Amino acid sequence: MARITIREAISQALWEEMERDPSVFILGEEVGVWGGTYAVTKGFYDHFGAERVRDTPIAENAILGSAIGAALVGQRPIAELMTINFAFSAMDYIVNQAPKLRYMFGGQFRVPLVIRAVGGGGRQLGATHSQTPDAIFAHFPGLKVVSPGTPEDAKGLLKSAIRSDDPVLFIEHATMYQVRGEVPEGEYLIPIGKSKIQRQGSDVTIVAYSKGLELSLKAAEELAGEGIEAEIVDLRTLRPLDMQPVIESFQKTNRAVVVEEGWKSYGVGSEVAARIYEQAFDYVDAPVVRVAQKEVPLPYNRALEQAALPQVTDVVAAVKEVLR
Amino acid sequence: MAETIAMPKLGFDMAEGTLVRWLKKEGETVDKGEVLAEIETDKATVEVESSASGMVRKLLVDEGAVVPVSAPIAIVGAADEEIDAIAPKAASQPSAVSRQPAPEPSKPAPAPGPVSPPTAGPFKASPLARRIATDHNLDLSRVTGSGPGGRIVRRDIEQALAGVPPGAPLAAPAAPAAIGHDSRTVPLTRLRQAIGRRMGESKTSIPHFYITREYKVDSLLDLRRQLNNMLPEDEKVSVNDFLIKAAALTLRQFPNLNASLHDEAVVQHGQVNVGVAVAVEGGLLTIVCRDADQKPLRQIAAEVKFMAGRARDGKVRPDDIEGSTISISNLGMYGVDEFIAIVNPPEAAILAVGAAAEVPVVENGVVKIGWRMKATISVDHRISDGAEAAKFMQALAVYLEEPLRLAIS
Repeated sequence: MARITIREAISQALWEEMERDPSVFILGEEVGVWGGTYAVTKGFYDHFGAERVRDTPIAENAILGSAIGAALVGQRPIAELMTINFAFSAMDYIVNQAPKLRYMFGGQFRVPLVIRAVGGGGRQLGATHSQTPDAIFAHFPGLKVVSPGTPEDAKGLLKSAIRSDDPVLFIEHATMYQVRGEVPEGEYLIPIGKSKIQRQGSDVTIVAYSKGLELSLKAAEELAGEGIEAEIVDLRTLRPLDMQPVIESFQKTNRAVVVEEGWKSYGVGSEVAARIYEQAFDYVDAPVVRVAQKEVPLPYNRALEQAALPQVTDVVAAVKEVLR
Repeated sequence: MAETIAMPKLGFDMAEGTLVRWLKKEGETVDKGEVLAEIETDKATVEVESSASGMVRKLLVDEGAVVPVSAPIAIVGAADEEIDAIAPKAASQPSAVSRQPAPEPSKPAPAPGPVSPPTAGPFKASPLARRIATDHNLDLSRVTGSGPGGRIVRRDIEQALAGVPPGAPLAAPAAPAAIGHDSRTVPLTRLRQAIGRRMGESKTSIPHFYITREYKVDSLLDLRRQLNNMLPEDEKVSVNDFLIKAAALTLRQFPNLNASLHDEAVVQHGQVNVGVAVAVEGGLLTIVCRDADQKPLRQIAAEVKFMAGRARDGKVRPDDIEGSTISISNLGMYGVDEFIAIVNPPEAAILAVGAAAEVPVVENGVVKIGWRMKATISVDHRISDGAEAAKFMQALAVYLEEPLRLAIS
């Protein structure tokens, strides 16, 4: 097994799928000659050429509009959003066109589109460039929303996204490109819509994804030192949401903490908590505790930004709270 | 206008109280100030007085219910008054059913963090606990909750099913079926739990230091004898009463020891309220002699006697046990030589007093017989230092060794 970064895993997935299927192509800002803002597509332009690695104007609605058009006529576009915050400029295409065309045309059209978007805070990019609005996109039926937290999942899920006949929003976290992990040799796929136990435990269930997974794994190590064994369920996909491993774990532990980087109100944690209450009410031994971002626009100042973002200590404290 | 009677807050750390007994029934008349119910807090059983006159229209909680502070417990109003509007939820609550929603607290909690919702009603239990209890035909009212706010959770049910009394340690091993040396498991009372919690917090979070000093108490004992000869039997003054007065007067000169730490500041209290540790059934309580520096010895003696009596009878009043600014613990009556006490938060210090004893003392090169008594002050080092505490102990000697000063101060 190779040990690589999430950046390399995403890059490998893109490369392999472009080699495999000539209808796959990339478009976005600075993806070609520059090699991607986060250096994910470095070398792609030279290898695959300007037709398949297309630099676009700074116009997200144009990127998504042309990508959807290409998808409708049989291509498999991968549209890159430099940050997910720019998705708001293309919101109509992302939530109103791509997820609905197949439905509204009675299945005559498909939209095999992948939107890669970089989200998350922690890099002092200011209130408008640091958001984690994942839950907004997961609200819309018809749009799959994937957000991995390990290199293995990033690669396997992105390959599945590219092969999906329906639109997928693939959210990468800006501070996780350097996260390293084992990745299987050779070709493999990870199905979209399957949650995964990333750590076994019997005392409490932590439900997380993306950055929340990173925080939770660190918190679990700390808690293990105090004799508390946390089981961590990584959602990996926000829509369709796979609750089965969560519910199975919860039926064992009876106590859960949900960790996300986005805001708490109307967030992923709210959805997961509600489903736990709906699906496992008779197993609830304590109220589910949500760990999330403070309800303010994310500050630019480093100390304030860190104070607003959820931290490992918040997860540890939440676990102790839920175990009281 | 009908009035809602709420669970009173009887101490800065009181979160809930158990309604032990109603002294008025629905339909009975009650005068303002009349006792409506008895409640049990972490510290004691106290009486709740009605804050309104009229008819007891509705008792909103059952006897035995654990009720959060400021949750409504009763409605008092005119006999024909419409009361549904002021307590719609409470009014619809059947007395014996546990799944009813709790009455809303009067204000929503401001904290965004996880807050246990206040629940009245007979008892609180998690859904899981309820299910297991139902599966095993276990009566939830027999189970004591160990979760937040007294919520019954899975571990409580499992212990109850295993026959372990509530409150017993989680991993209590089964007693061996051997030879008549059976151990007995005694559940912790609320008082015991409160003492454990507060003393645990104090001993682990307050850096204590201790100063011990010996006092000549020949004159004090002599004066006490003379005073008691003049006083009726039930008004006798104890050595401890002298100590209360002496400590209070001395504290006037040492405001930093009559203080509390609040965040980054020391609050030096304007009043000198001396707490006196009283042993009661299942624990101890600290009754409070207010403004002890300004009260005559005889009044101090009378107040302490009454409050201690009420404490031992489990009838202590909220005022009896709140607001002390320093405490005294005296184990002299048990022949204890000297001991050290744990600071009673939020106070800065506590004085531990041993027995007055007749001992050989050396004075001017001659061995004589004298009465001596040792006291140890435990002090919060965040507030004060050894030299200050030592000076306090020295200054205390002025009053203890020349006790006539107490009569003229």
